[in-house]
This record gives sequence, structure tokens and C-alpha cells, in this order.
Amino acid sequence: MDVNLETTLDKEIIEFIAACMQREHPRSYLISVLGKVQEKYGYLSRQHMHAVAHIMRIPTSRVYGVATFYHFFRLRPRGKHQISICMGTACFVKGADRVLEAFKSELGIDIGETTKDGIFSLDNTRCLGVCGLAPVVTINNQVYSQVTPQQVPELINKTLGR
Amino acid sequence: MKKIKLIIDGMQVMVPEKTTLMEAAETIGIHIPRLCYHPDLSKEGACRICIVEVEGARTFQASCSTPAAEGMKVKTNSPEIRQARRDLVELILDNHPQECQTCERDGQCELQNLAYALGVRHRLFAGRRKRYPQENSSLAVVRDSEKCILCRRCVRVCAEIQGVYNLQQMHRGVQTVVTPAFEDSMAESVCVHCGQCVNVCPTAAFLEKRSTDQVWKALADPRLHVVVHIAPSIRAAIGEGFGLEPGTPATLQTITALRRLGFHKVFDTNFGADLTIMEEAHELVSRLRSGRNLPLLTSCSAGWIKFMEHFYPDLIPHASSCKSPMSMLSALLKTYYAQKQGIDPDCIYVVSIMPCTAKKYEIMRPELCRPDGKPYTDAVLTTRELVWMIKAYGIDFVKLPDGRFDNPLGFSSGAADIFGTTGGVMEAALRTAAEKLTGQELTDLNFIEVREVEGLKEASIAIGDQVLHVAVANGLTNAKIILNKVRAQEKQFQLVEIMACPGGCIGGGGQPYPPEGYPVLDKEIIRRRARALYAIDQAKQIRKSHENPYIKDLYDKFLGEPGSRKAHELLHTHYTVREPRGI
Ligand code: SF4
Ligand code: SF4
Ligand code: SF4
Ligand code: FES
Ligand code: FES
Repeated sequence: MDVNLETTLDKEIIEFIAACMQREHPRSYLISVLGKVQEKYGYLSRQHMHAVAHIMRIPTSRVYGVATFYHFFRLRPRGKHQISICMGTACFVKGADRVLEAFKSELGIDIGETTKDGIFSLDNTRCLGVCGLAPVVTINNQVYSQVTPQQVPELINKTLGR
Repeated sequence: MKKIKLIIDGMQVMVPEKTTLMEAAETIGIHIPRLCYHPDLSKEGACRICIVEVEGARTFQASCSTPAAEGMKVKTNSPEIRQARRDLVELILDNHPQECQTCERDGQCELQNLAYALGVRHRLFAGRRKRYPQENSSLAVVRDSEKCILCRRCVRVCAEIQGVYNLQQMHRGVQTVVTPAFEDSMAESVCVHCGQCVNVCPTAAFLEKRSTDQVWKALADPRLHVVVHIAPSIRAAIGEGFGLEPGTPATLQTITALRRLGFHKVFDTNFGADLTIMEEAHELVSRLRSGRNLPLLTSCSAGWIKFMEHFYPDLIPHASSCKSPMSMLSALLKTYYAQKQGIDPDCIYVVSIMPCTAKKYEIMRPELCRPDGKPYTDAVLTTRELVWMIKAYGIDFVKLPDGRFDNPLGFSSGAADIFGTTGGVMEAALRTAAEKLTGQELTDLNFIEVREVEGLKEASIAIGDQVLHVAVANGLTNAKIILNKVRAQEKQFQLVEIMACPGGCIGGGGQPYPPEGYPVLDKEIIRRRARALYAIDQAKQIRKSHENPYIKDLYDKFLGEPGSRKAHELLHTHYTVREPRGI
């Protein structure tokens, strides 16, 4: 195996792949492998996907196809600040979708993406169990309740410490 | 095999187990409309145009992927089915540019034909249309994702037949788009430019990169001496573009058509094929003597060569250093021919007519260009492009009188003609190598062991007192099987012929789209094209490359002998390890 491929990925992941390759239908573990990579590095870089493809002998186009099909996978590093909007039923009913739209247009990115400057990334979550506060937004670990679309610019500025 | 009895449109049908409803209907003359289906590819069930009503089923079933079952009652036609099919096509069209009149499919579009056939007369579901820029990076194929209907035929052909796996559907929902890995450009991908995606695409979402404009321009330029040469497989396929029966040889009309288009000289790539055999047989014999770098891998298929560079770079030393017949002939045109005629090579414009999109890439490989960096071949036209030019010029092809090639670069042996079909290069090489090895005249010229258009053939051929183990593969998935054996040293072959396209060049990515009712790359059509070439070979007096008198003359007066320094300079090349590495 190519040495460069080996060193691109963490030893633990290499071992995990090796274990998968021992089992029946090794290629069916692609999603788990990509999951591990994302867990470790926060996202799937081109180099990571390339290495996974070559080590598992799965065409790169297939690896990238899987990575872009599932919302779960991120293809860019997380931003310095992570904004997450609850899309659970209660929050949704209270207008979380409009809050999300406001974040999207304010930051110019979609869910799962990171701003070009690497400062913000946007995500959605399921019910956080604080439905009484709906709609709920978390920025880093701070919870904001009853957020309205109008408050979005202010929240962004606040996070930036402005 | 177990037989199954079912009823289709009130008629009883008996079919073997595992037959699909679509295939069962075909046996009684019912052609169910379809888009994503292709007989040689895995079943996709993506477009649902082929729906039928199965008694007892809650919804319409896709006939291309539903197996026939005992006692099934199937209806392929009803007002509801027709309406549903129409709706499906309308939905596709509403996400599709309305530009059939200016589209390069030139009325040979499966989507357009289907819309007409189903009687789509208006557009009901106006929605937002997808927008993508044209992907123009490749020298060989152009992708226009706005015209893509996501049938995945290209994805499947590239993976299943070609083993390249360059294409995949990326993202999901309305954002779904077919691209190479990482959405890289085609030029930066593992694409080998074979053009099979162009062949199978039902719309204009994949096309060859057009060179017709350049060629019209050259033909109109009084300062240029414009010459053309046509590949072996063209003569067996071009007639189909004008409605001739598949397998009708049309060499002589093609020559006349080219003269009428204004080409000053019409030569034959076949001459280059004879020359290739001279050099390759020499190479084979010397490798057999030294025992090094065996098996020899043939090198005339541009798609295969790029595939080797991405996927099997470790086997590069095995590849023949011979240029392709096209590149050999073009090199001669701007050296030998230019000198002989006293024409400045810069004033010679060389066009080649090829069955292949990868040739458009081949001509720009720096190592295949002249020392000053300009290409030896100025433009490559696919068979399809030439058909279009002939029609556009108002030439009634089928009524054309016979023409004759110009000499000396227009004369060829029968060995050259069969280059166009899988197994042909092998057979041509054996005819010459056998005589070189034994020093005796070969009486039976037909190596039938390597004929037939199957994807993979292995044979052991006795030549004098030795036995040559040979293999012939067409379609790169088949090639992988042989190459893996070579890599693992599982079997010692001496000569391996590889053609990127199914059936060889007769199934190339630039050949005419099939007549209506036939799928592209239909086995019977490919077989008939092959038969046409064998018939041409059989009818010739001279059937061995080394007996071509003009070839002998060329060596006497210009090249010296096979493998000479001059021959190496003009007729041989080298290969490069290419990124990204293929899997
Ligand atoms: S691809 Fe077919 S349907 Fe689409 S614009 Fe071209 S001819 Fe018309
Ligand atoms: S040209 Fe051949 S290798 Fe390239 S994408 Fe098309 S089918 Fe695949
Ligand atoms: S590019 Fe052509 S063959 Fe490929 S999915 Fe789109 S329409 Fe089908
Ligand atoms: S739905 Fe948002 S916290 Fe429960
Ligand atoms: S042809 Fe059957 S689903 Fe497309």
C-alpha cells in the first residue's frame, strides 16, 4: 500500500478499515468508515476521501457520491463558531425554518457548509428537549431561545464579539 | 431452463425464467418505450417510462426490471398508461432546455423521439429548471448537465463496461448531478476519453467535442493543403449514418464524399496500420528472442493507453512503443509526404476520420506532436461528425460513384482492414510475425481463434515449433481481467491485444447512433460491422502488411528497416504515469 495513503489517516482509522476489510462485504462498511473519519477530523477532506477510496479499493467517484448523498457528512471543516438550529417539531411549528433561512442568507451558506473565511458553520439538529423555549438556536454551546429571524444579525454580531 | 407462461395484452407468451416483462413483450413484437434501460447494462429502473399494468398490483410496474412470473396478466397499453408515460416525459422536459432545433443531437435524440412518439404536445408542469455551465475541459467529450435526465446510463457504461468508474451521481434531490469524483473537471479526472458515455447517453448531455468548425475553416483556406485519412472501422459503419444496412462497406463512397467536401488528398489510415504491424511485429519478435517485457501489449487504442497510465502504470514497460496507425500516418504526412511533394509541412492540414473520441485527445499528447510542439494531426472528426458534414454539404451519399484513395499512403493490405475489429490487430500481427519467426510463408492466414466479437478471448497458437499464448480483450472491464493475470503473473502471455471499446473500433465512441429501434452497441450491429471488415480483407490480393509494396518502398527509400532510428523517431512513442490513480 502507498505510504502516503497510510499517513493521511489516523492509525486508529487504518486499523478500523483493516478490520472491515476482513469481514464479508467489506465495501459495505464505507459509510461507517467515513463516519469515523468525520468523527476524528470533523469533516471529510479530499485527501481523506482519496485515502479511504484507495485503501478500501472503492472507486473515488463512489466514495464522493456517498459523501455528498448523506446530509450527515461535511465536506469542509467546521467553522470557528458552530451555529445549529433545532428543526424538531415544536421549533419548526414556531418558525425555525424562517430562522434558518435568515441564517442562510445572512451567512451565504447552506446547511452543512462553512463560510469561506472559516468563521461560521451552519447545521440543524433534532429536538433538543427544551421545546418550551422554541424556536431554539445553539451557537457553540450557548442556547438561545425564542429566536426570531430579525434577531439573526444581532446574534451573529454578538458571537463575533462586536 | 424453466419456462414461464404469462399473458401480455391478451396474448400468451412463454419465456425462460428471469426474463423481464419488457423482454417478454419484445418476443411478441411489442416495443415498450424506455429511457434508462440498456440491454448490456445493469437494470436501473430510474425513468419509469417503461411502466405497464400488472393485474393485481397496486401501482404500475417498471417492465425493464420486473421479472415475468407464472400466470401474470400484463397490459402494456391503456389510456392511463399512455397518460402516465406522457406525464413522466413532460416532467423531464420541464427541467430541460427547449432547444431541440439548435441542439447537437441533430434530431437523433431519444428524449425528443420519445416525446414525439408519446404525443407530448404541451408542457404542463412549469418548474424551476436546473442550471449548469457546459463542461468543456476535456479534449474529447463535452458534458452538458442541463440536458442530463439522470438515467445513469453513462454512469453504468463507464463503470460496468469500461471499469473506469469515472462518473457518478453526486448530491441528492434537485441538486443531483453526474460528475467525476470531487466534482473535478473531466480533464482532471481518470476519464480515458473513450466516448462510451456519449454513445449511450439518450440526450445531448454527453457529446464529442466538435471539430467540424475548424475543418470547414481549413477547407476554405486557400493557403492550406488539406489532406484526410480514414480509420479502418469507418468504412464498416459510416453507411448506417445514411440509412444503409448495418455492415454495408462504404469505403469508396466515403472517398468520393471526402473529395467533394474539398479535401485535396484522401489517404487511408490503413497504410498506417500496415506500418504499425511492421514495427510491432519487429518489436514482438525481438521481445520473444530476449524474453523481456512479455507479454507485449498493443498500443493503438488511445483510450486503452490512457487507462493503462491511470490504472496499470506498472505495466507501461509491456506496452508496445508503436504509435497508433493514425499517429504514424499523420507523422509521415508532415515529413515523408511533405518532402516528396515539396510542400511546407506548416501548410499541410491533416484531418483524420476516427471512430473514436479519444483520438481527439491523442493528437494533443505532447510526445506525439512535432518537435516544434504543433500537432501532426490537426483535427480529428468522429464518424458521426463526418456524417453530419456530408449531410450539411448536401451530398447524397448513397448515390455517390466510387472513389479511389491517393497513393502511396492510400494502399493497404487486408491485415490493415481488420484493425477495426477486436482481434484484428492480433491477427494482422500474427500474419507478419509468424513469417518472421519461421522464415516460411504462411499459407492459412485466417486466425479464427481470435475472431468473433466477444469481450475476451484467450488462445494458444502454434507458430513453427513454438506456441504463442495470446489474449484479446475489448471493453476495459474485460481488459482488467487479463491485465490482473499479467500483473499477478498468473499466466504467461506473449501478446495481448486491448481495445478500449466494445467490439473494438467498430464499437467506438464516435460511431453513428443506431437506427431507430436498435439499442446503441447492439451486438448484431457490431457483428455485422466486423463481418464487413473480414470480407474486405478476404477479397484482397495482398493480406499481409509486409507484402504491401508501398510499405516496402517506404522502408527502402525513407525509413530504413523496422525498428531503425528513423522509424523510432517518427513512429514510436512513450507513456507517462498519470494522476489521479485509478481504482
Ligand atoms: S437533448 Fe434532445 S430533447 Fe434535449 S434539447 Fe437536445 S434534442 Fe432536444
Ligand atoms: S469518456 Fe469513457 S472513461 Fe470518460 S467518462 Fe465517458 S465512459 Fe467514462
Ligand atoms: S449524462 Fe446522459 S447518460 Fe448520463 S445520466 Fe445524464 S442523460 Fe443519462
Ligand atoms: S423541537 Fe426544538 S427543542 Fe424540541
Ligand atoms: S426503462 Fe424501465 S425504468 Fe427506465
